[in-house]
Amino acid sequence: MGLTKNQIAKRIAQELQSGYYVNLGIGIPTLVANYVPEGIEIAFQSENGILGMGPFPMPGEEDPDLINAGKQTITPQLGASYFDSSISFGMIRGKHIDLTVLGAMEVSEQGDIANWKIPEKLVKGMGGAMDLVASSDNIIVAMMHTNPKGESKLRTECTLPLTGVRCVKRIVTDLAVLDVTKEGFLIKERAKGVDIEEIKRFTQGKLIIPEEIPEIQV
Amino acid sequence: MIRKKVDTVHEALEGIQSGMTLMLGGFGLCGIPENLIRALAESSHKDFCCISANAGVDDFGLGLLFGAQKVKKMIGSYVGENEEFERQMLAKEIEVILTPMGTLAEKCRAAQMGIPAFFTPAGYGTEVAEGKEIREFNGKNYLLEMAYASDFSLVKAWKGDESGNLIFRGTARNFNPLMCGASTITVAEVEELVPTGSLDPNQIHTPGIFVDRIFQGARYEKRIERRTVQNT
Repeated sequence: MGLTKNQIAKRIAQELQSGYYVNLGIGIPTLVANYVPEGIEIAFQSENGILGMGPFPMPGEEDPDLINAGKQTITPQLGASYFDSSISFGMIRGKHIDLTVLGAMEVSEQGDIANWKIPEKLVKGMGGAMDLVASSDNIIVAMMHTNPKGESKLRTECTLPLTGVRCVKRIVTDLAVLDVTKEGFLIKERAKGVDIEEIKRFTQGKLIIPEEIPEIQV
Repeated sequence: MIRKKVDTVHEALEGIQSGMTLMLGGFGLCGIPENLIRALAESSHKDFCCISANAGVDDFGLGLLFGAQKVKKMIGSYVGENEEFERQMLAKEIEVILTPMGTLAEKCRAAQMGIPAFFTPAGYGTEVAEGKEIREFNGKNYLLEMAYASDFSLVKAWKGDESGNLIFRGTARNFNPLMCGASTITVAEVEELVPTGSLDPNQIHTPGIFVDRIFQGARYEKRIERRTVQNT
Protein backbone atom coordinates (compact mmCIF):
# COMPACT_ATOMS: atom_id res chain seq x y z
CA MET A 1 0.00 0.00 0.00
CA GLY A 2 1.48 3.31 -1.06
CA LEU A 3 0.48 6.84 -0.19
CA THR A 4 -2.82 8.37 -1.23
CA LYS A 5 -2.77 11.58 -3.27
CA ASN A 6 -3.57 13.52 -0.10
CA GLN A 7 -0.67 11.85 1.71
CA ILE A 8 1.68 12.77 -1.15
CA ALA A 9 0.53 16.39 -0.74
CA LYS A 10 0.99 16.17 3.04
CA ARG A 11 4.56 14.89 2.60
CA ILE A 12 5.38 17.74 0.21
CA ALA A 13 3.93 20.23 2.69
CA GLN A 14 6.75 19.19 5.04
CA GLU A 15 9.14 20.90 2.60
CA LEU A 16 7.50 24.30 3.16
CA GLN A 17 9.53 26.85 5.09
CA SER A 18 8.41 30.12 6.59
CA GLY A 19 8.83 33.00 4.15
CA TYR A 20 8.43 30.84 1.05
CA TYR A 21 6.58 32.09 -2.03
CA VAL A 22 5.11 28.94 -3.56
CA ASN A 23 3.56 28.09 -6.92
CA LEU A 24 1.38 24.97 -6.96
CA GLY A 25 0.46 23.25 -10.22
CA ILE A 26 -2.89 21.65 -11.01
CA GLY A 27 -3.75 18.19 -9.61
CA ILE A 28 -2.01 16.70 -6.56
CA PRO A 29 0.09 19.89 -6.07
CA THR A 30 -3.09 21.93 -5.40
CA LEU A 31 -3.77 19.69 -2.37
CA VAL A 32 -0.52 20.84 -0.72
CA ALA A 33 -2.30 24.06 0.32
CA ASN A 34 -4.49 21.99 2.67
CA TYR A 35 -1.50 20.79 4.72
CA VAL A 36 0.56 23.90 5.48
CA PRO A 37 2.12 23.12 8.89
CA GLU A 38 1.04 25.23 11.87
CA GLY A 39 3.17 28.34 12.36
CA ILE A 40 4.60 28.35 8.81
CA GLU A 41 3.96 31.61 6.97
CA ILE A 42 3.92 31.28 3.21
CA ALA A 43 2.27 32.97 0.24
CA PHE A 44 0.87 31.08 -2.73
CA GLN A 45 1.32 32.59 -6.17
CA SER A 46 -1.08 31.75 -8.98
CA GLU A 47 0.35 32.61 -12.39
CA ASN A 48 -2.86 34.21 -13.66
CA GLY A 49 -2.06 37.15 -11.42
CA ILE A 50 -2.34 36.85 -7.64
CA LEU A 51 0.22 36.61 -4.88
CA GLY A 52 -1.27 35.65 -1.54
CA MET A 53 -3.99 33.25 -2.64
CA GLY A 54 -6.32 32.24 0.17
CA PRO A 55 -8.96 29.51 0.50
CA PHE A 56 -11.97 28.91 -1.73
CA PRO A 57 -14.82 31.34 -1.02
CA MET A 58 -17.82 30.57 1.17
CA PRO A 59 -20.93 29.67 -0.85
CA GLY A 60 -22.50 32.84 -2.23
CA GLU A 61 -19.26 34.81 -2.05
CA GLU A 62 -17.75 33.67 -5.34
CA ASP A 63 -16.31 36.52 -7.43
CA PRO A 64 -15.94 35.96 -11.20
CA ASP A 65 -12.97 38.37 -11.20
CA LEU A 66 -11.06 36.19 -8.71
CA ILE A 67 -9.85 32.83 -9.94
CA ASN A 68 -6.72 30.68 -9.76
CA ALA A 69 -4.74 29.15 -12.64
CA GLY A 70 -7.11 26.17 -12.58
CA LYS A 71 -10.01 28.62 -13.17
CA GLN A 72 -11.49 27.90 -9.72
CA THR A 73 -12.97 30.71 -7.63
CA ILE A 74 -10.65 31.82 -4.81
CA THR A 75 -10.25 34.48 -2.14
CA PRO A 76 -7.25 36.72 -1.39
CA GLN A 77 -5.22 36.35 1.81
CA LEU A 78 -4.64 39.49 3.85
CA GLY A 79 -1.77 41.30 2.13
CA ALA A 80 -2.48 39.80 -1.29
CA SER A 81 -1.72 41.62 -4.54
CA TYR A 82 -2.97 41.38 -8.14
CA PHE A 83 -0.88 41.99 -11.25
CA ASP A 84 -0.73 41.32 -14.97
CA SER A 85 0.61 38.16 -16.58
CA SER A 86 3.94 39.71 -17.54
CA ILE A 87 4.71 40.65 -13.94
CA SER A 88 3.47 37.25 -12.83
CA PHE A 89 5.88 35.41 -15.09
CA GLY A 90 8.56 37.93 -14.19
CA MET A 91 8.25 36.65 -10.62
CA ILE A 92 8.76 33.14 -11.99
CA ARG A 93 11.47 33.88 -14.58
CA GLY A 94 13.27 36.18 -12.16
CA LYS A 95 13.54 33.33 -9.63
CA HIS A 96 11.50 35.09 -6.95
CA ILE A 97 9.43 31.96 -6.32
CA ASP A 98 11.03 29.73 -3.66
CA LEU A 99 9.24 26.46 -4.40
CA THR A 100 7.38 25.08 -7.40
CA VAL A 101 5.30 21.92 -7.09
CA LEU A 102 4.17 20.30 -10.33
CA GLY A 103 2.50 17.13 -11.52
CA ALA A 104 4.19 15.07 -14.24
CA MET A 105 3.55 12.31 -16.73
CA GLU A 106 7.25 11.32 -16.76
CA VAL A 107 10.52 12.36 -15.13
CA SER A 108 13.92 11.21 -16.40
CA GLU A 109 16.90 10.32 -14.25
CA GLN A 110 18.56 13.56 -15.47
CA GLY A 111 15.63 15.56 -14.11
CA ASP A 112 13.88 16.15 -17.44
CA ILE A 113 10.12 16.49 -17.10
CA ALA A 114 7.24 15.72 -19.48
CA ASN A 115 3.84 16.90 -18.34
CA TRP A 116 2.02 18.70 -21.13
CA LYS A 117 1.34 16.58 -24.16
CA ILE A 118 0.56 13.07 -25.36
CA PRO A 119 0.90 13.29 -29.15
CA GLU A 120 -2.42 12.73 -30.98
CA LYS A 121 -4.24 12.18 -27.68
CA LEU A 122 -3.88 15.02 -25.21
CA VAL A 123 -2.89 18.35 -26.70
CA LYS A 124 -4.17 20.93 -24.26
CA GLY A 125 -1.07 23.10 -24.10
CA MET A 126 1.69 23.78 -21.61
CA GLY A 127 0.19 26.82 -19.90
CA GLY A 128 2.79 28.16 -17.49
CA ALA A 129 4.58 24.84 -16.96
CA MET A 130 7.49 25.51 -19.35
CA ASP A 131 8.15 28.92 -17.79
CA LEU A 132 8.06 27.42 -14.31
CA VAL A 133 10.42 24.51 -14.98
CA ALA A 134 12.87 26.65 -16.98
CA SER A 135 13.38 29.12 -14.16
CA SER A 136 12.71 27.50 -10.79
CA ASP A 137 15.67 26.26 -8.79
CA ASN A 138 13.51 24.29 -6.40
CA ILE A 139 11.06 22.01 -8.22
CA ILE A 140 9.28 19.13 -6.56
CA VAL A 141 7.23 16.77 -8.67
CA ALA A 142 4.13 15.22 -7.14
CA MET A 143 2.89 12.17 -9.03
CA MET A 144 1.95 8.51 -8.90
CA HIS A 145 4.92 6.20 -9.47
CA THR A 146 3.24 4.53 -12.47
CA ASN A 147 0.78 5.65 -15.14
CA PRO A 148 -2.74 4.17 -15.43
CA LYS A 149 -1.30 1.41 -17.65
CA GLY A 150 1.07 0.42 -14.84
CA GLU A 151 4.18 1.73 -16.63
CA SER A 152 6.92 3.50 -14.71
CA LYS A 153 6.88 7.30 -14.80
CA LEU A 154 10.50 7.46 -13.56
CA ARG A 155 12.55 6.73 -16.63
CA THR A 156 16.05 6.70 -18.11
CA GLU A 157 14.72 9.10 -20.76
CA CYS A 158 11.26 10.63 -21.11
CA THR A 159 9.27 9.12 -23.97
CA LEU A 160 6.74 11.99 -24.13
CA PRO A 161 7.43 15.54 -25.41
CA LEU A 162 9.49 17.42 -22.83
CA THR A 163 8.36 20.38 -20.77
CA GLY A 164 11.88 21.18 -19.58
CA VAL A 165 15.32 19.68 -19.21
CA ARG A 166 17.43 18.93 -16.12
CA CYS A 167 15.21 20.82 -13.74
CA VAL A 168 13.48 18.44 -11.31
CA LYS A 169 15.24 18.09 -7.96
CA ARG A 170 12.89 15.93 -5.93
CA ILE A 171 9.99 13.59 -6.65
CA VAL A 172 7.32 12.46 -4.20
CA THR A 173 5.29 9.48 -5.43
CA ASP A 174 2.89 7.07 -3.78
CA LEU A 175 5.84 4.72 -3.19
CA ALA A 176 8.82 6.89 -2.31
CA VAL A 177 10.60 10.22 -2.01
CA LEU A 178 13.45 10.34 -4.51
CA ASP A 179 16.11 12.93 -5.33
CA VAL A 180 17.45 13.40 -8.85
CA THR A 181 21.24 12.99 -8.65
CA LYS A 182 24.01 12.68 -11.22
CA GLU A 183 24.02 8.93 -10.62
CA GLY A 184 20.25 8.41 -10.87
CA PHE A 185 17.13 8.44 -8.68
CA LEU A 186 18.28 8.32 -5.06
CA ILE A 187 15.66 6.83 -2.75
CA LYS A 188 15.39 9.09 0.30
CA GLU A 189 12.28 7.68 1.94
CA ARG A 190 9.80 4.90 1.23
CA ALA A 191 6.09 4.71 1.94
CA LYS A 192 5.04 2.63 4.91
CA GLY A 193 4.62 -1.01 3.93
CA VAL A 194 6.38 -0.57 0.58
CA ASP A 195 9.55 -2.59 0.17
CA ILE A 196 12.53 -1.79 -2.02
CA GLU A 197 11.71 -4.58 -4.46
CA GLU A 198 8.41 -2.90 -5.25
CA ILE A 199 10.10 0.47 -5.87
CA LYS A 200 12.66 -1.28 -8.10
CA ARG A 201 9.96 -3.08 -10.04
CA PHE A 202 8.12 0.15 -10.83
CA THR A 203 11.16 2.33 -11.61
CA GLN A 204 12.44 2.06 -15.16
CA GLY A 205 15.30 4.56 -14.66
CA LYS A 206 18.44 3.97 -12.64
CA LEU A 207 17.93 3.75 -8.87
CA ILE A 208 20.43 4.46 -6.13
CA ILE A 209 19.50 2.45 -3.05
CA PRO A 210 21.13 3.48 0.22
CA GLU A 211 21.42 0.96 3.05
CA GLU A 212 19.09 2.85 5.36
CA ILE A 213 15.83 4.15 3.91
CA PRO A 214 13.48 5.71 6.46
CA GLU A 215 9.71 5.53 6.14
CA ILE A 216 7.76 8.58 4.99
CA GLN A 217 6.10 10.17 8.01
CA VAL A 218 2.65 11.51 7.15
CA MET B 1 -7.82 65.51 -22.92
CA ILE B 2 -7.94 63.37 -26.01
CA ARG B 3 -11.27 61.63 -26.38
CA LYS B 4 -11.33 57.89 -27.07
CA LYS B 5 -14.98 57.19 -26.38
CA VAL B 6 -17.14 55.50 -28.98
CA ASP B 7 -20.84 54.77 -28.51
CA THR B 8 -21.37 51.31 -29.93
CA VAL B 9 -19.52 48.04 -30.26
CA HIS B 10 -19.83 48.35 -34.05
CA GLU B 11 -18.10 51.71 -34.02
CA ALA B 12 -15.47 50.16 -31.76
CA LEU B 13 -14.79 47.43 -34.32
CA GLU B 14 -14.70 49.67 -37.38
CA GLY B 15 -11.93 48.57 -39.73
CA ILE B 16 -11.96 44.91 -38.72
CA GLN B 17 -11.54 42.70 -41.75
CA SER B 18 -11.45 38.98 -42.43
CA GLY B 19 -8.01 37.44 -42.04
CA MET B 20 -6.79 39.96 -39.47
CA THR B 21 -4.75 39.09 -36.40
CA LEU B 22 -6.46 39.87 -33.10
CA MET B 23 -5.20 39.87 -29.53
CA LEU B 24 -7.91 39.07 -27.01
CA GLY B 25 -7.47 39.65 -23.29
CA GLY B 26 -8.64 37.30 -20.58
CA PHE B 27 -7.60 34.17 -18.74
CA GLY B 28 -10.17 31.43 -19.11
CA LEU B 29 -13.47 33.30 -18.91
CA CYS B 30 -12.06 35.86 -16.49
CA GLY B 31 -11.57 39.37 -17.86
CA ILE B 32 -12.67 38.62 -21.43
CA PRO B 33 -14.10 41.30 -23.75
CA GLU B 34 -17.59 39.77 -23.85
CA ASN B 35 -19.25 42.43 -25.99
CA LEU B 36 -16.49 42.51 -28.61
CA ILE B 37 -16.41 38.71 -28.86
CA ARG B 38 -20.19 38.56 -29.29
CA ALA B 39 -20.07 41.20 -32.02
CA LEU B 40 -17.27 39.38 -33.87
CA ALA B 41 -19.11 36.05 -33.68
CA GLU B 42 -22.20 37.70 -35.20
CA SER B 43 -20.24 39.61 -37.87
CA SER B 44 -19.67 38.54 -41.45
CA HIS B 45 -15.88 38.55 -40.98
CA LYS B 46 -13.88 35.36 -40.55
CA ASP B 47 -10.48 33.65 -40.89
CA PHE B 48 -9.06 35.48 -37.90
CA CYS B 49 -5.77 34.67 -36.27
CA CYS B 50 -6.45 34.93 -32.52
CA ILE B 51 -3.80 35.49 -29.88
CA SER B 52 -5.19 34.68 -26.45
CA ALA B 53 -4.13 32.61 -23.44
CA ASN B 54 -7.02 30.16 -23.72
CA ALA B 55 -9.75 29.10 -26.14
CA GLY B 56 -12.77 29.71 -23.91
CA VAL B 57 -15.41 27.02 -23.36
CA ASP B 58 -17.77 25.56 -25.95
CA ASP B 59 -20.53 28.15 -25.64
CA PHE B 60 -18.81 31.17 -24.12
CA GLY B 61 -15.76 33.36 -24.38
CA LEU B 62 -13.53 32.69 -27.37
CA GLY B 63 -15.56 29.51 -27.83
CA LEU B 64 -18.21 31.67 -29.53
CA LEU B 65 -15.69 32.45 -32.29
CA PHE B 66 -14.76 28.79 -32.77
CA GLY B 67 -18.44 27.80 -32.73
CA ALA B 68 -19.10 30.34 -35.50
CA GLN B 69 -16.07 29.05 -37.49
CA LYS B 70 -14.40 32.45 -37.38
CA VAL B 71 -10.87 31.35 -36.52
CA LYS B 72 -8.25 30.09 -38.94
CA LYS B 73 -5.30 30.16 -36.58
CA MET B 74 -5.07 30.17 -32.80
CA ILE B 75 -2.01 31.23 -30.85
CA GLY B 76 -2.59 30.28 -27.22
CA SER B 77 -1.12 28.54 -24.22
CA TYR B 78 -3.69 26.25 -22.61
CA VAL B 79 -6.66 25.22 -24.72
CA GLY B 80 -8.05 22.24 -22.84
CA GLU B 81 -11.47 23.52 -21.88
CA ASN B 82 -13.23 23.64 -25.23
CA GLU B 83 -14.35 20.45 -27.00
CA GLU B 84 -15.35 22.10 -30.29
CA PHE B 85 -11.95 23.77 -30.41
CA GLU B 86 -10.26 20.43 -29.78
CA ARG B 87 -12.29 18.85 -32.58
CA GLN B 88 -11.31 21.60 -35.03
CA MET B 89 -7.68 21.31 -33.94
CA LEU B 90 -7.48 17.51 -34.28
CA ALA B 91 -9.33 17.69 -37.65
CA LYS B 92 -6.71 20.27 -38.69
CA GLU B 93 -9.44 22.77 -39.55
CA ILE B 94 -7.51 25.38 -37.58
CA GLU B 95 -3.81 25.91 -37.17
CA VAL B 96 -2.75 26.02 -33.53
CA ILE B 97 0.47 27.37 -32.06
CA LEU B 98 0.93 26.56 -28.38
CA THR B 99 3.22 28.90 -26.50
CA PRO B 100 4.51 28.94 -22.90
CA MET B 101 2.24 31.34 -21.04
CA GLY B 102 5.01 33.63 -19.81
CA THR B 103 6.40 33.81 -23.34
CA LEU B 104 2.94 34.65 -24.71
CA ALA B 105 2.60 37.45 -22.14
CA GLU B 106 6.02 38.83 -22.97
CA LYS B 107 5.45 38.66 -26.76
CA CYS B 108 2.42 40.91 -26.19
CA ARG B 109 4.33 43.22 -23.88
CA ALA B 110 7.27 43.41 -26.30
CA ALA B 111 4.87 44.50 -29.08
CA GLN B 112 3.41 47.11 -26.73
CA MET B 113 6.79 48.39 -25.62
CA GLY B 114 8.57 48.53 -28.99
CA ILE B 115 10.93 45.64 -28.27
CA PRO B 116 11.28 43.46 -31.40
CA ALA B 117 12.49 40.31 -29.63
CA PHE B 118 13.75 38.98 -26.31
CA PHE B 119 15.44 35.94 -24.80
CA THR B 120 13.66 33.58 -22.41
CA PRO B 121 14.63 30.18 -20.99
CA ALA B 122 11.07 28.78 -21.28
CA GLY B 123 10.91 25.92 -23.76
CA TYR B 124 14.66 25.33 -24.09
CA GLY B 125 15.25 21.66 -24.93
CA THR B 126 11.60 21.16 -25.97
CA GLU B 127 9.71 21.26 -29.27
CA VAL B 128 8.95 24.94 -28.59
CA ALA B 129 12.62 25.67 -29.30
CA GLU B 130 12.57 24.10 -32.79
CA GLY B 131 13.83 26.56 -35.40
CA LYS B 132 14.58 29.29 -32.87
CA GLU B 133 17.91 30.91 -32.15
CA ILE B 134 19.46 29.68 -28.90
CA ARG B 135 21.96 31.79 -27.01
CA GLU B 136 23.85 31.15 -23.80
CA PHE B 137 24.03 33.83 -21.12
CA ASN B 138 25.91 33.16 -17.87
CA GLY B 139 25.93 29.42 -18.53
CA LYS B 140 22.18 29.10 -19.20
CA ASN B 141 20.43 28.63 -22.55
CA TYR B 142 17.72 30.97 -23.81
CA LEU B 143 15.43 31.10 -26.86
CA LEU B 144 15.00 34.18 -29.00
CA GLU B 145 11.28 35.00 -29.13
CA MET B 146 9.77 37.70 -31.35
CA ALA B 147 7.19 40.32 -30.45
CA TYR B 148 3.75 39.68 -31.92
CA ALA B 149 2.48 41.72 -34.86
CA SER B 150 -1.25 42.24 -34.61
CA ASP B 151 -4.05 44.35 -36.14
CA PHE B 152 -6.53 44.72 -33.27
CA SER B 153 -6.21 44.32 -29.50
CA LEU B 154 -9.57 43.66 -27.84
CA VAL B 155 -9.41 44.08 -24.09
CA LYS B 156 -11.70 44.38 -21.12
CA ALA B 157 -11.24 46.55 -18.04
CA TRP B 158 -13.35 47.16 -14.96
CA LYS B 159 -13.44 50.93 -15.17
CA GLY B 160 -12.27 53.38 -17.76
CA ASP B 161 -12.63 57.03 -18.60
CA GLU B 162 -13.36 58.76 -21.88
CA SER B 163 -9.63 59.36 -22.40
CA GLY B 164 -8.96 55.61 -22.40
CA ASN B 165 -7.38 55.31 -18.94
CA LEU B 166 -8.07 51.85 -17.55
CA ILE B 167 -8.41 50.18 -14.15
CA PHE B 168 -8.65 46.41 -13.85
CA ARG B 169 -10.09 44.31 -11.04
CA GLY B 170 -8.71 41.16 -9.37
CA THR B 171 -7.30 38.48 -11.63
CA ALA B 172 -9.40 39.83 -14.52
CA ARG B 173 -6.34 41.97 -15.25
CA ASN B 174 -4.18 39.10 -16.62
CA PHE B 175 -3.25 39.73 -20.30
CA ASN B 176 -5.44 42.80 -20.81
CA PRO B 177 -2.91 45.53 -19.90
CA LEU B 178 -0.18 43.82 -21.97
CA MET B 179 -2.27 43.86 -25.13
CA CYS B 180 -3.09 47.57 -24.95
CA GLY B 181 -1.06 49.34 -27.61
CA ALA B 182 0.34 46.03 -28.85
CA SER B 183 -1.73 46.12 -32.08
CA THR B 184 -2.37 48.75 -34.71
CA ILE B 185 -5.69 49.55 -32.99
CA THR B 186 -6.63 48.85 -29.37
CA VAL B 187 -10.26 48.68 -28.32
CA ALA B 188 -11.20 48.54 -24.64
CA GLU B 189 -14.62 47.67 -23.30
CA VAL B 190 -15.37 48.52 -19.68
CA GLU B 191 -18.01 47.70 -17.12
CA GLU B 192 -18.16 51.33 -16.12
CA LEU B 193 -17.19 54.25 -18.36
CA VAL B 194 -16.78 57.52 -16.48
CA PRO B 195 -16.07 61.09 -17.65
CA THR B 196 -12.45 62.15 -17.99
CA GLY B 197 -11.23 63.45 -14.65
CA SER B 198 -13.31 61.04 -12.54
CA LEU B 199 -10.50 58.54 -11.95
CA ASP B 200 -7.61 59.12 -9.55
CA PRO B 201 -4.45 59.32 -11.72
CA ASN B 202 -2.63 57.36 -8.99
CA GLN B 203 -4.90 54.39 -9.54
CA ILE B 204 -4.68 54.07 -13.35
CA HIS B 205 -3.24 50.69 -14.43
CA THR B 206 -3.06 51.44 -18.16
CA PRO B 207 -2.66 55.04 -19.37
CA GLY B 208 -5.00 56.09 -22.17
CA ILE B 209 -2.17 56.52 -24.69
CA PHE B 210 -2.26 52.72 -25.18
CA VAL B 211 -5.99 52.72 -25.99
CA ASP B 212 -7.56 53.98 -29.23
CA ARG B 213 -11.27 53.35 -28.60
CA ILE B 214 -13.21 52.79 -25.41
CA PHE B 215 -16.86 51.94 -24.82
CA GLN B 216 -19.20 50.88 -22.11
CA GLY B 217 -20.12 47.18 -22.45
CA ALA B 218 -23.85 46.63 -22.78
CA ARG B 219 -24.13 43.60 -20.55
CA TYR B 220 -21.76 41.33 -18.70
CA GLU B 221 -22.50 37.74 -17.92
CA LYS B 222 -19.10 37.21 -16.23
CA ARG B 223 -19.57 33.47 -16.23
CA ILE B 224 -17.57 31.44 -13.71
CA GLU B 225 -15.79 28.48 -15.28
CA ARG B 226 -15.14 26.38 -12.15
CA ARG B 227 -17.25 27.55 -9.25
CA THR B 228 -15.46 26.20 -6.20
CA VAL B 229 -16.45 26.89 -2.59
CA GLN B 230 -15.44 25.77 0.87
CA ASN B 231 -17.21 22.79 2.38
CA THR B 232 -19.55 24.03 5.05
